[in-house]
Amino acid sequence: MAKPASNLKKHGLELFNWFDKRLPISDFWEAHLAGYYAPKNFNFWYFFGSLAMLILVMQIVTGIFLTMHYKPSAEEAFASVEYIMRDVQWGWLIRYMHTTGASLFFVVIYLHMFRGLMYGSYRKPRELVWIFGMLIYVLLMAEAFLGYILPWGQMSYWGAQVIVSLFGAIPKFGGLLTEWIRGDFFIADATLNRFFALHVIAVPLMLLMLVVLHLSALHQVGSNNPDGIEIKDKKGADGIPLDGIPFHPYYTVKDIFGVGVFLFIFAFIIFFSPELGGLFLEHDNFVPADPMVTPIHIKPVWYFTPYYAILRAIPDKLAGVMVMFSAIVMLFLLPWLDRSPVKSIRYKGWINKTLMIMFAVAFIRLGMLGMAEGTIAETYESRFWTFIYFAFFGLLWFFSKYEKTKPVPERVTK
Amino acid sequence: MMSSIKIKIKIKSKIVFAAVLLLLSVSVLAAGGGDFKQVNINVHDKSALQRGAVLFVNNCLSCHAASYMRYSRLGEDLGLSEDQVRETFLPANAKIGDTMTVSMTDDEATVWFGNKAPDLSVVGRSKGANWLNAYLTSFYQDENGEWNNTVFPDVVMPHVFWEQQGIQKAIFKNEEDAHGYSHKVFSHFETVSEGSQSAEEYQSTIHDLVTYLIYMGEPARIQRESMGIWVLLFLAMFTLVAYMLKVEYWKDIH
Repeated sequence: MAKPASNLKKHGLELFNWFDKRLPISDFWEAHLAGYYAPKNFNFWYFFGSLAMLILVMQIVTGIFLTMHYKPSAEEAFASVEYIMRDVQWGWLIRYMHTTGASLFFVVIYLHMFRGLMYGSYRKPRELVWIFGMLIYVLLMAEAFLGYILPWGQMSYWGAQVIVSLFGAIPKFGGLLTEWIRGDFFIADATLNRFFALHVIAVPLMLLMLVVLHLSALHQVGSNNPDGIEIKDKKGADGIPLDGIPFHPYYTVKDIFGVGVFLFIFAFIIFFSPELGGLFLEHDNFVPADPMVTPIHIKPVWYFTPYYAILRAIPDKLAGVMVMFSAIVMLFLLPWLDRSPVKSIRYKGWINKTLMIMFAVAFIRLGMLGMAEGTIAETYESRFWTFIYFAFFGLLWFFSKYEKTKPVPERVTK
Repeated sequence: MMSSIKIKIKIKSKIVFAAVLLLLSVSVLAAGGGDFKQVNINVHDKSALQRGAVLFVNNCLSCHAASYMRYSRLGEDLGLSEDQVRETFLPANAKIGDTMTVSMTDDEATVWFGNKAPDLSVVGRSKGANWLNAYLTSFYQDENGEWNNTVFPDVVMPHVFWEQQGIQKAIFKNEEDAHGYSHKVFSHFETVSEGSQSAEEYQSTIHDLVTYLIYMGEPARIQRESMGIWVLLFLAMFTLVAYMLKVEYWKDIH
C-alpha cells in the first residue's frame, strides 16, 4: 500500500514544480506567509486585520448569491428581498450573513483603526499603509451606503434622499450634481439601478485593488507592534529580525482562533438577533419605500451616526457638510500630525493618553447622539463632542511633540 | 510573563465588551419606541400559531393582504397537512402555493375606508410585538360613536374584535409639559359594555394573533432559532480546538 501513496506524492510534487516554474507560487508563499516576519508581541488588537479580510470575502460570496435573486427595480426590489427571505433555499441565511457582515465589517474596521491610532501604526515608514487603509474605509462607507438603498424600504429611500441632498449644499452646481447622481429629480428607479451597479461592481473592484495595495505597502515596510519598535533594526546573523516570527504558522494558527471567536459572535447575531434591536436592520426598513410618506425620524445605520451627529450639530447646511467631510479628512493627516518621538501610546505621557481616550469617547458619544432624535440638549452636546473630536487633532499636533515621553525598550516586551 | 499578558488581554476585552454593551443598550432604548407593555413571543408554540393563523385569515385577510406569505408555507411551518390547509384557510379557486392576497383592490379600499389597507406580510418586523399588542387592545368608541385608537389616533380601521373585547371608552386628562402648555393625555379605559371574552381571554386571543404576525414577518425564524444552537455548539468546539492548536504551536516562542 505504501508504494502507490509515495508515487502519488512524487507525481504531485512534479505537478507542483511544473506550475511553480511558470508561476511564482512558492515565492509568494515565502514573501507573504512563511518568510514574512511579524513581531512576536501582537496582542488582542491584532486580530482585526485578518478578520476584515475574512468579512470582505464573505460579503463578496454572499453578495454574488444575493444578486442571483435580487431585482434592482423600484417595482420589484422590496418583494424580491422578501422572496429571498422566504422562498429561496437558505436565502434568509445568505441575506443575514450579508447584513450582519456589513455591520460587523465596521465594528472590525473601527477597532482595526483604533489599534493603528494607539500604537502609532501610521507613523513613518507606514504612512502609505495608513492612507490606503483610510481609502478603504471611505470606499467601505460608500459601499455600505449604496447597499443600504437596495432593499428599497423607507429608510433605504429616505436615507438616500438625505445623503444625496448633501451634495446639493454645494453652491451653484449643487442642484445639477444631485440630479446627475440620482438620474432623476428625486430618488427613483434610475437611482436604485445605478446604485446597484456601483454596489456590486465598481466599488468592490476598487476595494479589492486597495486591499492589495494596503497589504503590499504593509509587507514592504513590515508590521508595527504594541511597543512601536522597528523589529528590523535588530537582526540576527541570519538576517532575520530577533523579535520576528514567521507569519505562517504562528499568526495563521492564532488568527484561526480569532476567526473562531468572531464567527461565534457573528452566528449568534445571525441566528438569534439578526435585527439586533433595530441596530443592524432598522424596523422602518420593513416598510416599502414610499415617496409620499416621510418617516418622522430618519437616521442612518449605526456606523454612520458619529458623522451624522456632527452634520446635525452645525446649524448651516454647507458648513455642516464641510465639517462632516473634514472629520474624515483629518484622519488622513494623522501620520503628519503626530510628531511624537515614540510611536506607541505605551511610551507617551498622560496628556497624550488622555487625548486619545477623549477622542474615543467623543466618537462613541457622537455615534449615540446620531441615533437620537436630535433635541436641543442633544444638539448642544453634539457640538461639544464635535469640538472635542477636532480639538484632538490640534492638541495631538502640539502635545505629541512637546510632552515628555518614557524610554522605549531596545526589544519588544512580552 | 504569560499571566500579565492574559490580564492585559482581559482588561482590553472588557473595554470592548463594555463598548458593545453600551451600543446594545442604546439600540434597545431606540427599539422600544414608547412605553408599550412588553409581550413575550414564542414562535415555536405551534398551537398559538395555529389559533393566530385562524384569527388572521378570518378577521384580517378580508381587507389586508399578506402577499409574501404562501398558504403552503403556513402548512409546513404550523404542522398542518395540505388537506387541513385547504379546508381551514384556502379560499375557493386558490392554489396551495398561492400567497395570501385579497379581492379588495386599493382603489376600492380608498373609496370605502378613505385609505388602502396596508399589506401585513412584514408588519411584525416593522411594528414589533409590543406595538401590535398595544394597538389591538387600544380601540375605543369616541363621543360620536366612532371607533378610534389611542396607539394609532384617528386610524380608519374599525375595531374588528369588538364582539370579543366589548366596547370601551378612553378617559383623557390634562397634563402640563415643561413649557407650561397643557396637553390632552390618555389616562385609562372604562368599559362601556362587556364582550364575549373576559379581559384575560381577549388578551390571550390578541397574543395568539400577534404571535402569528411575528411569525409571518419572518417564517425562517422558526428554522434559524432551532438551528442556531447547533451552529454555536460547533463553533464553540472549533474555537476550542483552534485555541489548543495555537497554544501548541506557540510553545516554541517566548
